[in-house]
Amino acid sequence: MAGGHGLALKRPSAIPGFGLALGFTLTYLSLIVLIPLAALMFKTASLGFSGFWEIVTAPRTLAALRVSFVISFIAASINVVFGVIVAWVLIRYRFPGRRLLDAFVDLPFALPTAVAGIALTAIYARNGWLGALLDPFGIKIAYTPWGIGVALVFIGLPFVVRTVQPVLEDFEREIEEAAASLGASRRQTVFRVMLPALMPAILTGFALAFARAVGEYGSVIFIAGNIPFVSEIAPLLIVIRLEEFNYAQATAIAAAMLMIAFTVIFLINLIQAWQRRRFAP
Amino acid sequence: MDARVLIEGNDPVALPDGGPLPHWDKTVDVSVETVVKTFGTTPALHGVSLDIAAGELVALLGPSGSGKTTLLRILAGLDVPTSGRVLFDGEDALKLTVPERNVGLVFQSYALFRHMTVLENIGFGLHVRPWSRRPRRRDIRRRALELLDLVQLSGLEKRYPSQLSGGQRQRVAFARALAIEPRVLLLDEPFGALDAKVRRELRRWLREIHDKTGHTTVFVTHDQEEALELADRVVVMSEGRIEQVGTPDEIYDRPNSPFVFSFIGESSGLPVRVEGGGVWLDERPLDLAAGDTPDGPATLFFRPHDVEIGHESAGAIPVVVQGLRRHGGARRLDLEISGRRDRIEIDLPAGDWLNVSGRISVRPRRYRLFPASG
Amino acid sequence: MSDAIPLDLDFATGDRARSVTTERRPVRIALILIAVAFLTLFLLLPLFAVFLEAVRAGFGSYWSAISEPDAIAAMKLTLMVAAIAVPANLIFGLAASWAIAKFEFPGKSVLNTLIDLPFSVSPVISGLVYVLLFGLQGYFGPYLQSHGIQIIFAVPGIVLATIFVTFPFVARELVPLMQEQGTQDEEAALSLGASGLKTFFLVTLPNVKWALLYGVILCNARAMGEFGAVSVVSGHIRGKTNTMPLQVEILYNEYNFAAAFAVASLLALLALVTLVIKVALEWRFTDQIAASRRH
Repeated sequence: MAGGHGLALKRPSAIPGFGLALGFTLTYLSLIVLIPLAALMFKTASLGFSGFWEIVTAPRTLAALRVSFVISFIAASINVVFGVIVAWVLIRYRFPGRRLLDAFVDLPFALPTAVAGIALTAIYARNGWLGALLDPFGIKIAYTPWGIGVALVFIGLPFVVRTVQPVLEDFEREIEEAAASLGASRRQTVFRVMLPALMPAILTGFALAFARAVGEYGSVIFIAGNIPFVSEIAPLLIVIRLEEFNYAQATAIAAAMLMIAFTVIFLINLIQAWQRRRFAP
Repeated sequence: MDARVLIEGNDPVALPDGGPLPHWDKTVDVSVETVVKTFGTTPALHGVSLDIAAGELVALLGPSGSGKTTLLRILAGLDVPTSGRVLFDGEDALKLTVPERNVGLVFQSYALFRHMTVLENIGFGLHVRPWSRRPRRRDIRRRALELLDLVQLSGLEKRYPSQLSGGQRQRVAFARALAIEPRVLLLDEPFGALDAKVRRELRRWLREIHDKTGHTTVFVTHDQEEALELADRVVVMSEGRIEQVGTPDEIYDRPNSPFVFSFIGESSGLPVRVEGGGVWLDERPLDLAAGDTPDGPATLFFRPHDVEIGHESAGAIPVVVQGLRRHGGARRLDLEISGRRDRIEIDLPAGDWLNVSGRISVRPRRYRLFPASG
Repeated sequence: MSDAIPLDLDFATGDRARSVTTERRPVRIALILIAVAFLTLFLLLPLFAVFLEAVRAGFGSYWSAISEPDAIAAMKLTLMVAAIAVPANLIFGLAASWAIAKFEFPGKSVLNTLIDLPFSVSPVISGLVYVLLFGLQGYFGPYLQSHGIQIIFAVPGIVLATIFVTFPFVARELVPLMQEQGTQDEEAALSLGASGLKTFFLVTLPNVKWALLYGVILCNARAMGEFGAVSVVSGHIRGKTNTMPLQVEILYNEYNFAAAFAVASLLALLALVTLVIKVALEWRFTDQIAASRRH
């Protein structure tokens, strides 16, 4: 079909409106997303490499980036463990309240982050419900890096659950039966057959949760305590630099964050593409 | 008859040979004793009994919903019967869990593990054995390669299931089931997902493998051609009951129920009346013997190729030719019984058809009479 | 699939013959307890805390907190921003899905990826990019200032930042669904003599209406609740550029916790309403929005 129309923008079609629809799409996309992001890159480039490097390797910046990425990684890992359990329970078992729980999994998508932030703080502060329980043991959650972790687990949870759920739902019972008939115990079936098969979905969920956690701002700043070098996340540092009208520093940190985040997501996509090529049905 | 003996026999420590691949001395005979299975309130099997000899190749044949897959799943241990017994070599198999039962299972969908290579798939059953009777890695690999050779897929050991054709996947699934030295081999619609040509090839291939390995094998199919061609014995099932068990010849030539007659092969059924040893079509006596069929309404069954065209006579069935079409190597005649709405079909040699039209008379050479039920 | 195992069902034959596609009962119970405990701890408890903290000081102060002028102004601004951002992204979503689903053109997959881009950008950076463009020291700052136009620290900036962060919501519900539906319906309508516009409104739109509503609901929830991006461009001028989430922050930072939670409870209510509509749509029209749930 494409032959003979090599230079045409689209394949001939009876349906009208291509020019208008694509034109509007590209214009809107450019104005809202591409040009503003280009401005960020432009500004970064104007700093020159040494300028950029100097800002990004400043101790406070490095500390903030480390806090953001390390805690996001931990939070996404926690979400993988509990997200898979939650998805498993919601798909595989029947128990009262299951559908309600299932609906609530999306709460972090729907609840404004600032609301989540102050609510988590209220719970984990020293006089909060859980904070008071933990305080006698010397465990402090709110206003420490742990608090950041709690907030990031909260906002990342739905990603893992929602990516694993449909794959688990479509998982062929016969695969499990085949494993059992070959002599595998239930534990062997789950860990050697099922979880490896769910791995691409789990990785996707991890990547989404991680990406979201790295950029998260609203829910974290209330509970973090925001102590430089300890519990100050990179997005907050950007806001601080902006409030100082230090656009250069804000831009450089933002660019560094984007670069690292995109690299991580790209790597995970590579792993996934590799897996999918091999295991595709 | 004590099941514990069997379980202890399963214990590798007690195995006399102590070789790297402990296995059952022989494949077993299987008996199913009045097995009932209900799902909730829906009955799936009404007291099915069946004996399968060691080394036999048996087909469970029936339309969907006949209970054949349920029976197979009960043999595998995937479903538990509501009542009844399943014996392997006289020992209660229901006391064994699925992993303990040691049956080789091949699914219609093959159920291969997508994230494992062909070799890993085949070796899986040996890898997951308890540590004490798990063969060494090298031995598992060797055994898997042997099986790969047996199913004629040598060289594909590093492939993933997604890189195989349907027929190849089927054979991997088969090799995987054989790897565990199964006591019984159970195949659920083994060729169901393949196209007609591959099906025929694999059918012959399965027969050869069976003759080579000699496993007691039960396979489920809804394809009568497959069942009749492949099996030593065919079990015809309908609505949770066994209708007939017999060799393919017995099943085809001597169906013992209207269901089997109409389900196996092609046939026509004609409502008739039996009176005093004679067969009556309405008020017309037919030149057929009623044998020991009791008096009363009955159904006359015959196959299209067992009918001859006769001259109009008192004992033949008067019909009107409705249509004529090519049917493989023969000509198929659509006939309507004179004065009735019933239609029957008969086959004629391809050369004979030109001069057939209008009103003719036909007479079945071979037929069966069944008393009308109810 | 409805063959999941009920918790209370165990085969009479005991554990030996139990189903091979589920775990032993104690394991099932343990996993359910872990999941329920985890979700309670991380989801239900915070939600509960919001409402409890909101009314802790009594319903009188709750009412005055949400009816004071600054709070009212924040609500109005939030509604207005959503009223602009959601329809804007709705129109974009329709245009993008029409182009992507109904036509073949080079660069389609790139376009598809770019649409999702705002999801992987930190909200703070979403605000920052507009500051770089329109702020006082931004690329267009001097020009805008000389013409007396203010975008940053004003409502237009808030609207832009909100559009940015909610950009993909509608499109990403519609694109997969419309791709799945193909072009047959449209071609049939056109062959029957319908105009392009009539085809769109009478054939295409009804085919995707529930997915559209689904996307709009999620888009709206995020638009009303966005904090980070808006925070960067707002300037936090009370009664003028404070949306509800920003109002929550200000009240909270002033240690006016009761009032902060009162305003927050309204947002939490919005979240609950969103969830209810979302779940209702998923239950009733699974097949018509199914494409989006597959990610």
